[in-house]
Amino acid sequence: MSTTSTEPVRPGRASLLYDPRIRGYIYQLALLAIVGFLIYSAASNAIENLRAQKIASGFGFWHNASGFDVNQKLIPYDASTGTYGRAFYVGLLNTLLVAAIGIVLSTFLGFFVGVARLSSNWVVAKIAMVYVEIIRNLPLLLQLFFWYNAVLKPLPNPRQSIQLPAGALLNNRGLYIPDPHLGPGGSLIIWAFLIGIAATLVFRHWARKQQAATGKQYPIGLVALGLVVLLPLAVYFATGRPVSFVYPELAGFNLRGGIQIFPEFVALLLGLTTYTAGFIAEVVRAGILAVSKGQTEAANALGLRAGPTLKLVVIPQAMRVIIPPLTSNYLNLTKNSSLAVAIGYPDLVQVFTGTVLNQTGQAVEVVAITMAVYLTISLVTSLFMNIYNRRMALVER
Amino acid sequence: MKKFMGAALIAAAGVIGVSAAQAQGGGLLAQVKSKGVLTCGVGPGLAGFGMPDAQGNWSGLDVDLCRAIAAAIFNDPAKVKFIPLSSKDRFTALQSGEVDLLSRNTTWTMSRDTSLGLNFAGVNYYDGQGFMVRKKLGVDSAMKLEGASVCTQQGTTTELNLADFFRTNKMKYEVVAFASNDETVKAYESGRCDAFTTDASGLYAERLKLSTPTDHIVLPEIISKEPLGPVVRHGDDLWLDVVKWTHNAMLNAEELGITKANVDEMLKSENPEIKRLVGTEGKFGEAIGLTNDWAYRIVKHIGNYGESFERNVGMGSLLKIARGQNALWTKGGLQYAPPIR
Repeated sequence: MSTTSTEPVRPGRASLLYDPRIRGYIYQLALLAIVGFLIYSAASNAIENLRAQKIASGFGFWHNASGFDVNQKLIPYDASTGTYGRAFYVGLLNTLLVAAIGIVLSTFLGFFVGVARLSSNWVVAKIAMVYVEIIRNLPLLLQLFFWYNAVLKPLPNPRQSIQLPAGALLNNRGLYIPDPHLGPGGSLIIWAFLIGIAATLVFRHWARKQQAATGKQYPIGLVALGLVVLLPLAVYFATGRPVSFVYPELAGFNLRGGIQIFPEFVALLLGLTTYTAGFIAEVVRAGILAVSKGQTEAANALGLRAGPTLKLVVIPQAMRVIIPPLTSNYLNLTKNSSLAVAIGYPDLVQVFTGTVLNQTGQAVEVVAITMAVYLTISLVTSLFMNIYNRRMALVER
Repeated sequence: MKKFMGAALIAAAGVIGVSAAQAQGGGLLAQVKSKGVLTCGVGPGLAGFGMPDAQGNWSGLDVDLCRAIAAAIFNDPAKVKFIPLSSKDRFTALQSGEVDLLSRNTTWTMSRDTSLGLNFAGVNYYDGQGFMVRKKLGVDSAMKLEGASVCTQQGTTTELNLADFFRTNKMKYEVVAFASNDETVKAYESGRCDAFTTDASGLYAERLKLSTPTDHIVLPEIISKEPLGPVVRHGDDLWLDVVKWTHNAMLNAEELGITKANVDEMLKSENPEIKRLVGTEGKFGEAIGLTNDWAYRIVKHIGNYGESFERNVGMGSLLKIARGQNALWTKGGLQYAPPIR
């Protein structure tokens, strides 16, 4: 006590060092320097070791001819002209395809099962419960093997293909559907379809405004059906039916023509969808239970029926609880799609981290690129879900 | 997948850390000697080449080479730790130092020899790629596979040859690639594919595993050259010599008529070539960091190349593969070892 009072306080260097803010910066800088040094030394060490072992390094392989084929490709690719870079995009698109469709389907199935679990119908609730418990508690890889075999085993070989309506054929090489080819004027149908969607969105916006202003309701569903389905159909007939179909037919011992949907894709999609839906169902159930019962009772007291109560009162409030864990389920689905490698679906990991890595031998580069891609996909998904979450969040006044 | 990621991680760790084998002093031979065990990367289960039995004892042509090296170094063929590797993981495992050598029906190609940082130590099986189909398809030639679905294992030369073959013959096909051999065969058996393709030796081995092997035929066409051999990392010449000369010693032993049964008598032989091989003359073993009776030990424990071949893949095995290209050069085959002198 006495010393502090006798000696004058110097506000210069001492206070700077003891300033918690400055000190915080110093610690953070030090940590950053250590992390930076670790990354730098790891990278330079890796490069040094690769050079010492005479292993090719760098990204020059990207433009080299690949020389292998992939069965499912969304962009043109073949062994003679394809490069490793092209193969990367083929794999990436296959990953995105199965992830995008899987996310949509598992959301629908998950919401359905989640609501069913809360059903007052005892049988429906128990079936939903059994589904969730079985699906959630078995390893996904096992389920994928199950689906792959369940999809493949009962199907006949191409010569005994099962005839489906509209010229589609089903066998153990996949589902073959007629391939539509647009004749002259055919593009008008696509435009009509796009215009129908746009018009529906505009109409919905207008109808909601009207309802908010006047209380009058408009049949949005019917109008949407008319615009999206009937309008393109009308154009189809008006332009003289310009769409021709190439039907799959037996040629040699396989089918030729038509669009082939591979059994690997179907098995992976089924596996990912049912698995993720089990988790989403629980998220949805938790979200709905988080909305207090008073909300439902209040809605009932206002005279709303069960449907509108769920749709207008319960779900919007439940969504605030649902969205964050839903996001992580979407991310899991995307990452789990890499298990495709086990059943021969040519996703990013199978094509790029599998074949390309092995043919080039450049493990470090290939694995680094793959990790960066999954990171990017996940971050973009999170970003969109966060934006959506912000829109759904409770507006506090 | 899991195994692969494991290998990739090990590779990353091996490459990033300083644990790359060459960084340590003394060379691989000295390290193996001090460890007291040889770590050998083998196939995860290819009958005749490398497969564990119900008790976990490994056997096969590739396995014998590992045991022969262990016999030469330790005078004990049991001092081998076998690491089963899928074709996808094998090079990463070798590059990262997880295994001391790869003896796992691996095709010697230029790009693998050069850009992967590896060295091939010889050819212990001359093979070529073929196709297997169901008999009831009525196909008797690979040229009739137009439009076929073909199951193959990814990360192999097979995958590339397949694309080449169909491209050169202007035929359409659909490839279904799996990470492991077992899944590939299972998919073929379930009817997913019309044909299964791999090295001809592998086709015969895998056919044995099918529920009714007689329903399937191997087509006559061989569409590629597949010289299979042991692989080591670049940059350790002494170790390369040990692996190379173990294989050569087994070939030379066959050529000189030295077998597991008569090798003890051969110690008394007056033939200078035999004397140099069994170590009663010269100091050839010391030149590769081993004892002079190194080749004697190999033949004593494992036998010569012909014995190993017959026992594992030849007439003494279930595979019943003829020597063919793998006969000695003196009998019209391609197996030819430089002399020990």
